[in-house]
Amino acid sequence: MINRLKKCVSYCQSYAKAKLAHNALLALLCLSAPPLFADEVLVAVASNFIKPMKVIAERFEAETGHQAKLAFGSSGKLLAQITHGAPFDVFLSADKDKVTRIIDKGLAVKGSEFIYAKGRLVLWSAKSDAVESTESTEALRGVLEQGDFDYFAMANPKLAPYGAAAKSVLARLELTDSLKDKVVMGENIAQTFQFVQTGNAALGFVALSQIKDLDESEQGSHWLIPTDCYPAIEQYAVILKTASDNPAASALTEFLNSDSEKKLIRSFGYD
Amino acid sequence: MTLTSADYGALWLTFKVASLTTLILLFISTPLAWWLATTRSKWKPFCSALIAVPLVLPPIVLGFYLLVLMGPEGPVGKVTTALGFGTLPFTFAGLVVASCIYSLPFVVQPLQNAFESIGRRPLEVAATLRASRLDSFFSVVVPMAKSGFLTGGILGFAHTVGEFGVVLMIGGNIPDKTRLVSVQLYNHVEALDYAQAHSLAAILLAFSFLVLLLMYTVIKTPARIRV
Repeated sequence: MINRLKKCVSYCQSYAKAKLAHNALLALLCLSAPPLFADEVLVAVASNFIKPMKVIAERFEAETGHQAKLAFGSSGKLLAQITHGAPFDVFLSADKDKVTRIIDKGLAVKGSEFIYAKGRLVLWSAKSDAVESTESTEALRGVLEQGDFDYFAMANPKLAPYGAAAKSVLARLELTDSLKDKVVMGENIAQTFQFVQTGNAALGFVALSQIKDLDESEQGSHWLIPTDCYPAIEQYAVILKTASDNPAASALTEFLNSDSEKKLIRSFGYD
Repeated sequence: MTLTSADYGALWLTFKVASLTTLILLFISTPLAWWLATTRSKWKPFCSALIAVPLVLPPIVLGFYLLVLMGPEGPVGKVTTALGFGTLPFTFAGLVVASCIYSLPFVVQPLQNAFESIGRRPLEVAATLRASRLDSFFSVVVPMAKSGFLTGGILGFAHTVGEFGVVLMIGGNIPDKTRLVSVQLYNHVEALDYAQAHSLAAILLAFSFLVLLLMYTVIKTPARIRV
């Protein structure tokens, strides 16, 4: 009988202990959880902005407690997915045109669009002595006109905003015809970058942000094209209709627009 | 149907690359498949696996490594440059070489299967009739493996036509030189010219259906299984 009682007591004790642990765990969970009413925002990000956006998303989560999930792709593919019902909340395009199209189709919140980054075009070679950084466009002309190379890489102007910028630089320097037989085109700026990095193309127009990302030993030589040589590469962001009442979506666009993040974006090679 | 001259150029170029690749592959694959079908070498599994690798590797990845290998800094690129051919990426020849690697398993494997299914017996009979090895290969093996050649040829051709990732990586999108129909189609889609993309896709779809229909019509295997 006494044994039985003992058993019963020990059972009660262990039950109480378990309950205590349970409560403690619950309290701990509540403490470590993000602020109340945390929401999730699914962001469609143009490929050229992958690296900065990963950093920004982490900072955003730490600061606001909202969750930011990222999906990457070329702006064109993301646009096609959005028009066919992809569940994105915010779209970071690589240009203005695709954002305008989405607004025109009534799929985005009108007036929520803004420029989150401006791309900078550079003439780049993987070799350290191929391009000299000077102020004059004549020097650039000289390097390209000399034509001491087999291939010259740029992004396809029809598909990539950096390609369109490269095309207008060539047109401005009146080099379009003389370089015609040497031009190879990447379908996006990442592929163009690969052509030059692997040495298959001696020179190419790429994005400054891509070179900034390299180790110093791999940076080769580049020349920052003056901004008045090409139409600005303005990258637009917009909130999609489906997220018009998602507080995390507007929080993210506000965060992107804040001074601290603008500074961060500049450090990645954007204006 | 609103096809531009660039679309027709891409179609014609694709046809040229695919035909040339198929011819080259039939030449390379015949001895290779014969060796695989007859050898007892311990290297056989190794070689079979190596040939099948393009089946597994995502084409973009394969294309990227070909770009690195055949570029001026890569080992293959250094050899081709030393031989005076220059580097292969962004050239028609480069596309054919890459397509051969990409489509190799599609030609080797049907051939190997066809050779293996012949068995030893017909060759032994040919030998008793004093046929030399070469003679018995051409007058016994080749006719008996006809369906293998047809399947391999058609599959190699069709697979090369549908090739995308490799071409995208090493082609460089040069009109009439390396811009094949799959890349042209992709350009239309990315540029949001959907109408143009649909026309080209329709042609590609009709073509592939016809090729497969041809394959299954020509290769009339007698019904061996009766239920």
